[in-house]
Amino acid sequence: MTPTAAGSTADTTPDALLIRGARPYGEEAADVLVQDGLIAAVGHDLEAPDGAEVIDAEGCVLLPGLVDLHTHLREPGGEEAETVETGTRAAARGGFTAVHAMANTTPVADTAGVVEQVLQRGEDAAWCAVVPIGAVTVGLGGERLAELDAMARSRARVRVFSDDGKCVSDPVLMRRALEYVKTFDGVIAQHAQDPRLTEGAQMHEGRVSAELGLTGWPSVAEESIIARDVLLAEHVGSRLHVCHLSTAGSVEIIRWAKQRGVDVTAEVTPHHLLLTDDEARGYDAVYKVNPPLRTRADVEAVRAGLADGTIDIVATDHAPHPHDAKDREWDTAAFGMTGLETALGIVQHTMVDTGALTWRDVARVLSETPARIARDTDQGRPLEAGEVANLLVWDPRPSAEVDPEAHASRGRNSPVAGRSLPGANRLTLLGGRPTVRDTQLVAR
Amino acid sequence: MKHLISIGDLDRASAIELLDTSSRMVATQERQMRKLPTLVGTTVVNLFMEDSTRTRISFEAAAKRLSADVINFSAKGSSISKGESLKDTALTLRAMGADAVVVRAPSSGAAHKLAHSGWIDVPIINAGDGTHQHPTQALLDTFTLRRHLGGEQKQGECSGSVDGSGLDGLHVVVVGDIMHSRVARSNVQLMTLLGAHVTLVAPPSLVPVGADVWPCDVLYDLDEAIALQPDAVMMLRVQRERMLGGGYFPSAAEYTRRLQLTTERAHRLPEHAIVMHPGPMNRGFEIAGGVADGRRSVIVEQVAAGVSVRMAVLFHLLASNAREES
Amino acid sequence: MTADRPGTTAPGSEKTVLSGDDISRSLVRIAHEIIETGHGADDLVLLGIPHRGVPLASRIARTIAESEGTGRDPESLAGSLDITLYRDDLRRSPARLPHPTHIPAGGIDGKIVVLVDDVLYSGRTVRAALDALSAIGRPAVVRLAVLVDRGHRELPIRADHVGKNLPTSRSERVGVQLAETDGLDAVVISGAAAGGADAEATEVQR
Repeated sequence: MTPTAAGSTADTTPDALLIRGARPYGEEAADVLVQDGLIAAVGHDLEAPDGAEVIDAEGCVLLPGLVDLHTHLREPGGEEAETVETGTRAAARGGFTAVHAMANTTPVADTAGVVEQVLQRGEDAAWCAVVPIGAVTVGLGGERLAELDAMARSRARVRVFSDDGKCVSDPVLMRRALEYVKTFDGVIAQHAQDPRLTEGAQMHEGRVSAELGLTGWPSVAEESIIARDVLLAEHVGSRLHVCHLSTAGSVEIIRWAKQRGVDVTAEVTPHHLLLTDDEARGYDAVYKVNPPLRTRADVEAVRAGLADGTIDIVATDHAPHPHDAKDREWDTAAFGMTGLETALGIVQHTMVDTGALTWRDVARVLSETPARIARDTDQGRPLEAGEVANLLVWDPRPSAEVDPEAHASRGRNSPVAGRSLPGANRLTLLGGRPTVRDTQLVAR
Repeated sequence: MKHLISIGDLDRASAIELLDTSSRMVATQERQMRKLPTLVGTTVVNLFMEDSTRTRISFEAAAKRLSADVINFSAKGSSISKGESLKDTALTLRAMGADAVVVRAPSSGAAHKLAHSGWIDVPIINAGDGTHQHPTQALLDTFTLRRHLGGEQKQGECSGSVDGSGLDGLHVVVVGDIMHSRVARSNVQLMTLLGAHVTLVAPPSLVPVGADVWPCDVLYDLDEAIALQPDAVMMLRVQRERMLGGGYFPSAAEYTRRLQLTTERAHRLPEHAIVMHPGPMNRGFEIAGGVADGRRSVIVEQVAAGVSVRMAVLFHLLASNAREES
Repeated sequence: MTADRPGTTAPGSEKTVLSGDDISRSLVRIAHEIIETGHGADDLVLLGIPHRGVPLASRIARTIAESEGTGRDPESLAGSLDITLYRDDLRRSPARLPHPTHIPAGGIDGKIVVLVDDVLYSGRTVRAALDALSAIGRPAVVRLAVLVDRGHRELPIRADHVGKNLPTSRSERVGVQLAETDGLDAVVISGAAAGGADAEATEVQR
């Protein structure tokens, strides 16, 4: 059988599933029995009930299903790049059981109607939970607040609001948003980018941009907004989440804010953990991303920040684009990279294999904390009896070359194409139902 | 050498070879019959996505003197967006059987993209891409410098052969909008590759962040640079619309006071020093008219050198195996 | 000169067909022929075709200048004529870089121009040299002197002065070595180690 990524093998969900010998959180091996969509038991030498399928997972790591707080599913409006169906297939292949769909679609997810539509599409696709993120401002215009309360009270129960792709740069508007979402325990996820300091910006401002003649995106344009926002959050006593933090200075500011007791969380993307602005030298726009790839020192700083807890989570900022949007001159190409199907491989490569994070830490930064920030109820839960069986069995031993053509995402713009990454998705369970077996999607 | 995208494509030996070949081309242009049969039967496309009459006609003259057929393709004003236009245009040119493409584009990296995208597989010559590189301009500037000041001579005389020599020991000052200048980037690389010392002079707001690692000095004061008694001063064009609108300096008057090469400043240069300008000039802004027309000025000679240097580049890319042998 | 090589050279082997003394004698004879044919040296210009035609032209010019009664300075007699940019086969067979062309001070208009080259083979180099010459001026007469004529002409061209006729097979390679360029004088013929393209290279890829 040579199943393709885009296709899927048919499968009937067994009545019960016994995962034998996997190591929860990468620690001591145990057996996990899944029954009726729940974790029925965790222990040693569990008996397989009649009709149960037994999966030998010796040497694998068992994690709560991954949760991505920052995904661009592109639907509605950008179906050439991705749909809810293809994006959630990609998520499942990456080991995710939930993704948070960013609001910068067409139309913008700034009303209850649009977020409910996205929720419905996710439920129909059923490869993972799709949790809509609402826009902070109407049409991402940065001028007046969207109806945040209506989105929060819709069937989509939106708790995360973001104008991602654009910064809520007006300090008054940002203050109001931070205050307003307190009503329903929401959070503003800020794309920190001072618009005036980044007019026409193409890549990180530094030695490489000076040489290549590409307009610079200075670190300070991110750091100044983060500094302002943590002070605003402190002032109004609200919850702030900082999207895709990318600079050493940003890590310092978050560290300082947390010491002051500001209720702030921060995320870093897999690509900012791995790649630097040197990638721009070939003018291959697959490396064009916002915020841009930074310097080696920044990469080291965000890794250290993630390791010491200053940075709370890893989120993909999965941003698929059609081929033509990338196969062109750098300054006319689109920003963004795919990430769902390579996120855990990059995290293992950069953080686990280097000893900076344990697998328990990985469960925290890629599942538990993102679920907590978004107030997801059934995601990022403990690996205990009685919990919903959203699980990932990850084999850290094999490694494989990344081939974007084999990805389930419509986007082929992977920045790690051709690189070898460790790990393989042995099994992903969504509410007890396998969505992926041995890296291949499993149809319902 | 398959393409000429950036001065980074050259090493010292190949740069000197190009300059030496340019000298051969100059000699052919002094003959009764200037047209050479060298590239007969080949088609050179001038793909200009950005206005530049001077560079285009220079390349056109170079190709025609080598008997190539020339197609001028101007994509400016096209309703298609820039990126689609470059790719689609490349596919069109491939279908038409172009043997080389000379490309001028507003996007930094456009020439590199054209050379390495797989859209078209012929030599690509960068005639200026955004704020990145303009290698043939640097070659013609360097050719002119070497002709006047290269080898052993330092008297501003064009005597003797400078074949095989670089710019060793020369000090060149480049003045103006460094940040937006592909000419400055290419010249810093080429002149230092050939052994010259380069000092850039610009207001700090027009020096790119990250230029600290460039192999040159940066000064903010033209008088300080002139006090160093350089062998040559190159004035860059000030693009008023970009600079004043961008707020890079307060006013034209302030720029002129601080950075114009005035007659008085030119007077303080050493006897043998030459004055260069890649053109087109803003007389009375970055350079005083008297200096542009004065005895030190080699500005018109630069234009003439441009044709010969571009003939040399076309010859090296289309008819020579010089680089494959080494 | 008569042909004295009935056979061909075996692949990989090498044979000296002209020694240093042979070369000197040939050049002196060519010099005298040139003076005789041109009724003196007054309007004479010798243009060597780079690479090895240039020292050959200088040597012939020296002999002519030393001859009694010519009263010419070898500097004013000899120059060089690069033909690289006038070749008609550049696309098929790329060239090395062009060499300088040096025309003696009096120019070539109305002069007796003798083109000097080391080996005459297909004739294409000479054709290119005639084109190059016509771009520079209008000589009264153009003659051709070569050290070795190895046959296999592809154009209606013949030499006026020949050091040695050397019948060859196309697969052989004729190598002219001169003290000025190679450290010693010799003409060597070798069997084709790298095939026919190499033999072509001796003349075309200068």
